[in-house]
Amino acid sequence: MAFSIKVNGKTHGVDVDGDTPLLWVLRDVLGMTGTKFGCGMALCGACTVHINGVATRSCITSVGSIGKSRITTIEAIGATAAGARIQKAWLDREVVQCGYCQSGQIMSASALLASKPHPTDADIDAAMSGNICRCGTYLRIREAIKQAAQSSGPGG
Amino acid sequence: MIVDPLSSLVAGTDRLLPANGISRRRFLQAGAAAGGGLLLSLSLPFANGEAEAADADAFAPNAFIRIGRDGKIVLTMPYVEMGQGTYTSIPMLIAEELEVDLKQVRLEHAPPNEKLYANPLLGVQATGNSNAIRGSWLPLRQAGATTRTMLVAAAAKRWNVDPASCRAQSGEVIHAPTGRKIKYGDLATDAARMPVPENVALKRPQDFRLIGTPAKRLDTPAKVNGTAIYGIDVRPPGVKFATLAQSPVFGGRVKSVDDGKAKVVKGVRQIVRLDDAVAVVADHMGAAKKGLAALVIEWDDGPYAKLNTNDVAAELEKATLNSGPVAQNVGDVDKAMASAVTKVEATYQVPFLAHAAMEPMNCTVHVRKDGCEIWVGSQAIARCQAAAAKISGLPLDKVVVHNHLIGGGFGRRLESDGVARAVQIAQHVDGPVKVVWTREEDIQHDMYRPYFYDRLSAGLDEKGKPVAWNHRFAGSSIIARYLPPAFNNGLDPDTTEGAIDLVYAFPNLHVEYLRVEPPGIPTAFWRSVGPSHNVFVTESFIDELAAAAKQDPVAYRRALLDKAPRAKAVLELAAEKAGWGQPLPERAGRGVALQFVFATYMAQVAEVEVAKDGAVRVRRVVCAVDCGTVVNPDTVRAQIQSAIVFGITAALHGEVTLKNGRVEQSNFHNYEMLRMNEAPAIEIYIVNSAEPPGGMGEAGTSAIVPAVTNAILAATGKRLRKPPVDTAALKQPA
Repeated sequence: MAFSIKVNGKTHGVDVDGDTPLLWVLRDVLGMTGTKFGCGMALCGACTVHINGVATRSCITSVGSIGKSRITTIEAIGATAAGARIQKAWLDREVVQCGYCQSGQIMSASALLASKPHPTDADIDAAMSGNICRCGTYLRIREAIKQAAQSSGPGG
Repeated sequence: MIVDPLSSLVAGTDRLLPANGISRRRFLQAGAAAGGGLLLSLSLPFANGEAEAADADAFAPNAFIRIGRDGKIVLTMPYVEMGQGTYTSIPMLIAEELEVDLKQVRLEHAPPNEKLYANPLLGVQATGNSNAIRGSWLPLRQAGATTRTMLVAAAAKRWNVDPASCRAQSGEVIHAPTGRKIKYGDLATDAARMPVPENVALKRPQDFRLIGTPAKRLDTPAKVNGTAIYGIDVRPPGVKFATLAQSPVFGGRVKSVDDGKAKVVKGVRQIVRLDDAVAVVADHMGAAKKGLAALVIEWDDGPYAKLNTNDVAAELEKATLNSGPVAQNVGDVDKAMASAVTKVEATYQVPFLAHAAMEPMNCTVHVRKDGCEIWVGSQAIARCQAAAAKISGLPLDKVVVHNHLIGGGFGRRLESDGVARAVQIAQHVDGPVKVVWTREEDIQHDMYRPYFYDRLSAGLDEKGKPVAWNHRFAGSSIIARYLPPAFNNGLDPDTTEGAIDLVYAFPNLHVEYLRVEPPGIPTAFWRSVGPSHNVFVTESFIDELAAAAKQDPVAYRRALLDKAPRAKAVLELAAEKAGWGQPLPERAGRGVALQFVFATYMAQVAEVEVAKDGAVRVRRVVCAVDCGTVVNPDTVRAQIQSAIVFGITAALHGEVTLKNGRVEQSNFHNYEMLRMNEAPAIEIYIVNSAEPPGGMGEAGTSAIVPAVTNAILAATGKRLRKPPVDTAALKQPA
C-alpha cells in the first residue's frame, strides 16, 4: 500500500510494503543516499536519522510505523542549530576519514547535543557507543562534540 | 600529444626508491593538453612492486597533471581515497613545487575506460601497502618542479628575459626586475612547447610552505552533509537493486531454489540463479532482502562441508614441523643454540580476520550487448575491469569502470570478486543493477586475513642476551595469488615483512616460511598485511626473552638497538612519555612493542586494565613514530589513531572461525568492533626527520596488538599467544 511520510519538511508518497525499513525508502525509493546501510540490525548506527528529533536506526524502523512523525536526515541536519554546530566541529577537528559512518555519527551527536547541550563523557559514551566507526575516529568525535557543546552557550 | 621523453629526470633516485621499482627510464613526459594548456604524464609506482613486472622500456603513464588555459590545475591520480587522506597529501606534493595554493589544485579519480589503465599487467592500478606517499614523494615533487620550470621558461621567452630573473609564486610567474606577472593559465599552452628540462632542483625542506603543515582535508565537507557519493550511492537511471545469498560453504553449489514466495513479494522483479549463488532483483533493497529471506535454497556444500578452523590450524602446525624456504639467515643459529645457557620456545597463532568495512560490498553494473559499465569503489580499478571483461567476455576496452569513494578499504577493495559477482548477476538483468551484499554476506564471504602458525625458539647467553633466534611459520601467501611474479622460491616480501630484517642486533637468526593455503577459505590483504601477523609474534617473543632473562622489556630491547638509532629513539620516546616503570594499580599493566615496517619506525606502549571477570580495557596508548619527512602531520596522527583502534579491535575481539565449512560470525553482534566507550586515550609523538617518508596507513595496527598482549602479561602474569584475548583465561581466581 502507499504511505505518506514527511522527510526534511517535505511530504512524499511511497508505494511499498508497510514492513519496508525506512532506510531503503530513503535511499532507494527517494534517492536520499546520505543515510547509510551498515548492518541491517541496528548494531552499527550508520543508518541513524531523527524521528521527531530522536536518534533512530532507520534500518529496523518500518515505514508503516512512522505515521505523521517528522523524519530528519543528514541532508537537512545542518538546518538545525545543533546539527550545524556538530557539522562545523566535525570539519574543524578533521574527524572524518573514509566518512561512511559519519552521517550516522553526526545524527547521533546532533540528537545528543539538542537534548543535552553540555554532555559529559558518560553522556557521550551512552549516546555514541551504538555508532561504529571502523576508521576509529572516536577520539576526534568526542573532541568535536565537546567543541560543539562549548558553542552551545550556557545552560542545559 | 606526448613528446620529449624525459629520461634523466629521476637519475640518482634509484637508491631511494628500489622497493617501488621505479625506473629512471621514462617516468615523465610533457606535451600540449587536448583543448589547450599543459599536460604532464607520469608513470608512478604501485603497490607491492607491481611496476617492476612491467615492461621497463614502455612508458605507461598512470597519473596526469593538467594546467588548463583557465589556470585550473587538475591532477588525475591512480590512488584512491578511502579515508587515509591521500586526496589531500598528494596535491600537497605537487602544489609545493608548483608554487600554487592547495585550493588551486583539484584531484580526480583515474578516469574510466582509459586505455592507459587497461594495461595487460593486471593490478597495475592499486592503492595499498601504505605506499601512496612513499611511492610518489619524489616523482610528484619532480613533476611539480618540472612544470614550474617550463612555465617560467615560457614567461621568460615571452618577455625575452633570462629565466633566472623570473620566479614562480602563487600560480604566477613574476619578472622581479620589472614586476611583470603572468598567470599560469596564460602560459600553459606556451609552456607545453618548451623543452622539458633535464634536471630540476627540488625545494629544500626548510623552504617548504605546505609539506609538513596540517593542511585541511579536501574531501571532508561532502562527507558531513550526506552529499559524498560512495560506490553504494550511485543511481544510474533505471537502476534496480539486488541482494544475494552465496553458498554458505566456500566451493559449494546451488542444488535447488524454490522462489515461489519470493516472487510474490511486492517490488521483487526477478530471481537470478547462478551456480553458487542466488540473487533477488527488486525495486529497492528492502524488497530484495525480503525476497531473499523468502527463498528456499538447497545447497550442495561441496568438498569443504566438514571443515573446521581446528583442521586448518592442525595442518599449519604440522607444516611447521618440517623446514621450509629460508627467508633470512644470519650467522649459525644451530651452533649458537647449542652453546646457549637458556633456551626459550613458544608457538603462536593468529586467526582469520574479516575486513568489515562499514560500507558493505557492493557494485553496480549495466551489461549491454556491446559493453559493460561498472560503478564501484575500488583500491584496484584495473583488476575490476579485467574481472568484468573475463566474466562478460567483452574486450577490455568495452568495460567502463567508474571509481568512487570507498567506505573503508583495509585491503578488501583490492579484490575484484565483488565486481565479478555483480557482473554475473547483471548479465541476467535488463538495465543497470546495484548488487549490495548484506552485512552477513559481507562477513561470511569476505577474503580473510590468513591464519598463521608460528614456532619460535631462542637461546640466551649467561647475561640473558639473545644469541640465537629461530622462527618458522606457515600460512597463506596473498602475493602468490595476487601478484605471482613477486612470489619467488617459496617466498614473498609481504608475508615475511616484520619477521625478517628485525631492528634488533641478533648475531644468529634463522627465519623460514612455509606457504600453506588453507582449504575452503579465501585469503586477502588486511590492514598492516604481513606485519599484522609477524609483529605480533616477534614482539611477543622478544618480550618472552626479556622475561626469561628477568629484565625489563624496554631495557632488554634497548640493549639490542645500538645499530638502529631511529628505532632506539622511538622506543625511548614512547617509554618516557608513557611513564614506563611508574607504578600502576593491581591488574593494570603496560606493554611495549617496537617495529620497523612500511619504512616507518614505531614504538607503542599500551596501558591496560583487566577486570576480575577477565575483560580487558585498553586505557591509554602512547605512540612514538619516525616516519621520515611528514607531509601532513594531522593525517599522520589521524592514521595512527585509526590504526590503533583497528588493531585493538583485532586484539580484543577479532576472530573468524569455520564450523562445518561455514563462517560462524555474521554481523557486529558476534564480530565485534571497538566502540566509543572502549576507545583508549591515544598520545602520538612524531620524531622530526628529513628521511624520505615512510608508510602511515597501517603501521599503527601491527604495533598495537603485541603492545596490548604484553601489557596483559604485565597486568596478570598471563602470556597470550593466540589473539583475540581469551577473557576466560584472564579471570581472577576467586
